[in-house]
Amino acid sequence: MVSNFDFAVIVRSLPYLFYEGMTFTLTLTALATAGGIVLGTLLAMMRLSELFLLPQISAVYVNLMRSLPLVLVIFWFYFLVPYIGQWLTGASRPIQVGAFMSCVVTFTLFEAAYFAEIMRAGFQSIPKGQVAAGYAIGLNYWQVMGWVVLPQAFRNMTPLLLTQTIILFQDTSLVYVLSITDFLGAASRVAQRDGRLVEMYLFAAMIYFVVSFILSSFVRRLQSRIAIVR
Amino acid sequence: MPSPEGVGTYLQTLLDGLRWTIVTAVCSWMMALGLGTAIGILRTLPSKLSQGLAFGYVELFRNIPLLAQMFLWFFVLPEVVPHALGVWLKQVPDAPFYTAVVCLGFYTSARVAEQVRGGINSLPRGQWMAGTALGLTTPQVYRYVLLPMAFRIILPPLTSEFLSNTKNTSVALTIGLLELTARARAMQEFSFQVFEAFAGATVLYLIINLIVVMLMRMLERRLRVPGYGAGR
Repeated sequence: MVSNFDFAVIVRSLPYLFYEGMTFTLTLTALATAGGIVLGTLLAMMRLSELFLLPQISAVYVNLMRSLPLVLVIFWFYFLVPYIGQWLTGASRPIQVGAFMSCVVTFTLFEAAYFAEIMRAGFQSIPKGQVAAGYAIGLNYWQVMGWVVLPQAFRNMTPLLLTQTIILFQDTSLVYVLSITDFLGAASRVAQRDGRLVEMYLFAAMIYFVVSFILSSFVRRLQSRIAIVR
Repeated sequence: MPSPEGVGTYLQTLLDGLRWTIVTAVCSWMMALGLGTAIGILRTLPSKLSQGLAFGYVELFRNIPLLAQMFLWFFVLPEVVPHALGVWLKQVPDAPFYTAVVCLGFYTSARVAEQVRGGINSLPRGQWMAGTALGLTTPQVYRYVLLPMAFRIILPPLTSEFLSNTKNTSVALTIGLLELTARARAMQEFSFQVFEAFAGATVLYLIINLIVVMLMRMLERRLRVPGYGAGR
């Protein structure tokens, strides 16, 4: 088997794999991480607030998202996003959004639920006395959050947020179910076109492994450093 | 409404999918629990070799996306094994099901192993020492002292691993397993009743989640060791 391993097919498809596939994967990962962390932080703040109904809304949203498989959520949003767009813009017919926008919205909304749980733990890791101290010197809610709680919560949760980002990076491969050309999708296309399943899938798995392994080793080092500081 | 298969209704189609989801989830979970416990124990043994091997195992299965692993087991494995075995593998009836079980079993076992390791490491070192002082051998210390405590501690994270494993069965639709999500999608393609199809699947997933969470709470209460672990 090793004797007919065709390295040439990998070399030939490298530009396609990385320029088309990996660019899509990384862009989606970056946008969904940024959006997910912002939305997740807001959800966590809602969850811990004492305002009417906000904690319940946040809890229902987070638990709903976390109970559903990502594949199902991808299908849901692929169908729903045009209607959400119509509703948001008040257009007369469903908005045509590209597969890319649909994926960004899906992953942002889905991962926000997971980021929200991480940020909730982050907020709860800050002693209540600090919040009270903040109010005592006359800061309002947003100032206490922005200057006292959030910076520390982010710092404490950096390893977990990064770990979740690695998971998100791997999860983006599931856009395959919409026949989108992400990294794995690109590998899969070449594999089927050239009948080179073994080479392409092994190569794709190897690249995912290398990227994720390097990132997670970095997270492990970071974790041990933060642990000493605390 | 009758289904395109000519027998039963669309609800029946979804329930068939649900059955595949549950069977796949339970089978792969049993495999993951067994393998994961073994690997988790290896990571806590004093031997550097066993620690290294177990570390490699966990990293290998954690750092490759599940979908890529699915493809490796389904498309690549039959090609790289000896020819006769490969031909046989391709002809096994229900190949997507067995592939999904094996793939999810290995994938989830790496996560279970991390939890087991965490559970064992969270026990005070004195427990190990006390066991050894009583004259127990290493397997006995694990069997009678460390594992019973560790499993009680990690029951909540194991519950969520079980639920992720159940959700992950939906990835197997890419290799042709007709589980719940696949059925919902097929329904939507046949009938264009997008909303109903996905809502049906969503409700069924929520019901699975609720039942599992309730059962695990009962189990936790039943297994609690009096005076150990923070009272909830």
